[in-house]
Amino acid sequence: MNAHELVLEPGRSEKNYWRDLWRYRELFQVLARRDVSVRYKQTVIGVAWAVIRPFLTMLVFTVVFGKVAKLPSEGAAPYALMVFAGMLPWTFFSTALSDASNSLVANANLISKVYFPRLIVPTATVVVALVDFLISFAILVLMMAWYRFAPDWKIVFLPLLVLLAFLASLGPSLWITALNVKYRDFRYVIPFIVQLGLYVSPVGFSSSVIPPQWRLLYSLNPVVGVIDGFRWCILGESAMYWPGFAASLSVTAFFLWFGIRQFRKMERSFADLI
Amino acid sequence: MSRPIISVEGLGKSYLVGHETAHRERYTALRDVVGRHVRNFGRKALDMMRGRQIIQGDDVEEFWALRDVSFEVNEGEVVGIIGRNGAGKSTLLKILSRITEPTTGRVTLRGRVASLLEVGTGFHPELTGRENIFLNGAILGMTRGEIKRKFDEIVGFAEVERFLDTPVKRYSSGMYVRLAFAVAAHLEPEILVVDEVLAVGDAQFQKKCLGKMQDVAQGGRTVLFVSHNMAAVSTLCSRALVLVRGRLEQSCDTSTAIASFLESLKQDAQNDLASRSDIKGTRAFELERIVCLSADGAEGAVASGEEARIRISYRRSDHFDSAANLILAIRDSFGRPVAAMNTRFTSALVDLPREGVIECVTPSLPLVAGFYSIDAYVYLKGTHSSGGDLAFHLADAAQIHVLPSDKVPASRLQDAANAGVMALDQIWTQADKAACVS
Ligand SMILES: Nc1ncnc2c1ncn2[C@@H]1O[C@H](COP(=O)(O)OP(=O)(O)OP(=O)(O)O)[C@@H](O)[C@H]1O
Ligand SMILES: [Mg+2]
Repeated sequence: MNAHELVLEPGRSEKNYWRDLWRYRELFQVLARRDVSVRYKQTVIGVAWAVIRPFLTMLVFTVVFGKVAKLPSEGAAPYALMVFAGMLPWTFFSTALSDASNSLVANANLISKVYFPRLIVPTATVVVALVDFLISFAILVLMMAWYRFAPDWKIVFLPLLVLLAFLASLGPSLWITALNVKYRDFRYVIPFIVQLGLYVSPVGFSSSVIPPQWRLLYSLNPVVGVIDGFRWCILGESAMYWPGFAASLSVTAFFLWFGIRQFRKMERSFADLI
Repeated sequence: MSRPIISVEGLGKSYLVGHETAHRERYTALRDVVGRHVRNFGRKALDMMRGRQIIQGDDVEEFWALRDVSFEVNEGEVVGIIGRNGAGKSTLLKILSRITEPTTGRVTLRGRVASLLEVGTGFHPELTGRENIFLNGAILGMTRGEIKRKFDEIVGFAEVERFLDTPVKRYSSGMYVRLAFAVAAHLEPEILVVDEVLAVGDAQFQKKCLGKMQDVAQGGRTVLFVSHNMAAVSTLCSRALVLVRGRLEQSCDTSTAIASFLESLKQDAQNDLASRSDIKGTRAFELERIVCLSADGAEGAVASGEEARIRISYRRSDHFDSAANLILAIRDSFGRPVAAMNTRFTSALVDLPREGVIECVTPSLPLVAGFYSIDAYVYLKGTHSSGGDLAFHLADAAQIHVLPSDKVPASRLQDAANAGVMALDQIWTQADKAACVS
């Protein structure tokens, strides 16, 4: 019986937090499955929605940046394809950020009535965004067939890049989620971040249009690394700008560490604040 | 004797709460309002920069929901926790189940804790009964295997076989509660922590829940049980803790604890209600005291079927001129609404003086024996239904102890759920058979 003697004290950060997180993996699955099935049950066009939104944005960007502003694509890749390859990870990132930031407040009843590692809730929402992402990936495949554009061997790195996109979304999401519980005003800030991010990230254009002297600085935006990576792997037309990719990776790692740390610091008071 | 399964030492929990001072002031000068807003904004900005919590309101006060609580529970004990609203019962359970962190002191748990603070936590209306069983089970800490093994038992207990694949938003509220309780009732932790969950569902189901709780209690599980239902506490628990404003006042056998709790309620009734901390509303009209008197003037206790007189002392601020709408809602020990007394039906209460006493008399109180509580509401500038301003609201403002009488004898707890709450005047005879034919 003494096997699980547990001491609760103020300020005691839990020694076996990660083991606990592992013990609650079933709850994680269940919550993720709940969120996915609720999402696709509630909106009649659930699946369609995941597809239509990035597709329409892609059309607009292709016209504005490709046709009107006449920005160059990457190598021989059609402009629309290049935009869509960047649109996918961006949509994933923005959906994850805005859904996760609401997730704790939306699950307030759970938070205030049962114990579980709170990290589960926003992470489960990011998984839901991942499902959307995978669905709209089908559109990319169709588009590639339409343009008769075959990816080369670099496509084998796709799973790793999806993982990178997941981690790059998770870090900032956790941080914003925790802030949103404490300072509810953050919910007004997030749509703004998402809106702005769409234009400062290389979604509608290739990051090769950025002047070389600014390129490294530009890559401090973690989404830049993810989008460049996706284009490199799917289109395989331009050389990867490795220093920038390394910078994006470091920023992603930093945000992940920082997000988890901030989240855990505030986690203990969630039930009292919510 | 082995070590206690739960030890609590010097436990305390404080919350920061904000107050709005604006409503209490009679005059509000624009200068004051602006000054207050600027001050508030400054404080909030400062708090945010320091990474502290932001609190709404004009003054921030530290409030101790629990203070210096120490006790031990041995394995297999069933312990009741009683105390009036806001005494800190739920806070204590939340700390034990790790939902919130203590501010001071320490708790040592030597067993797995499952908590049931609410029935149906995490149920999702869009999902089917089957999906919700798995969801809720996982939330309460059951593994998938465990839920699968008990699935049939849970469905049987809840009596919802036919609706398993219907979204629970189509369930009647009774079915919903039955399903939710059924999942929780099949938890098998070493320590079970239960908060006020019997106050839901219909009478028959409550009886079933009580029975289930009794099985759990007799099964050697350690249980902490919070309830306002003294009858349930005294049947289920061997020992009880009495919390009074966050402090542990008593820890002794159930009957002594209940007696001392009821005594403290009676003493509280002597005090001014306006000093209670759980009042809501603008307080432009305050109730000072509510007592229930029997025909012979005994306070607090009334016999079933006899005259009951509720006496309310009040005071009001002088800047309102319309009539007040006063509502007294009576609830039984399961928390179910039983009856309400509402001044909407009378015109006797216009032009009230600044302070005074109002009485409401029921010639024969048609309630069966037991404990009832009164929630008080006062609305100004209109009634509750016409959208008046809530001036005063206090839950559990007074207690009525209804004694058994010759007309309506008391019934035991297990029957109480079936006996209902009404004491009807009843005349039984044998009818003439011939008279029925026509
Ligand atoms: N998150 C919170 N922030 C501020 N105050 C809180 C919070 N949670 C509880 N309190 C306060 O702590 C006090 C104790 O609350 P608690 O819920 O423990 O009472 P209780 O004994 O369970 O009452 P009841 O019988 O009504 O359930 C109350 O005055 C309540 O207002
Ligand atoms: Mg409570």
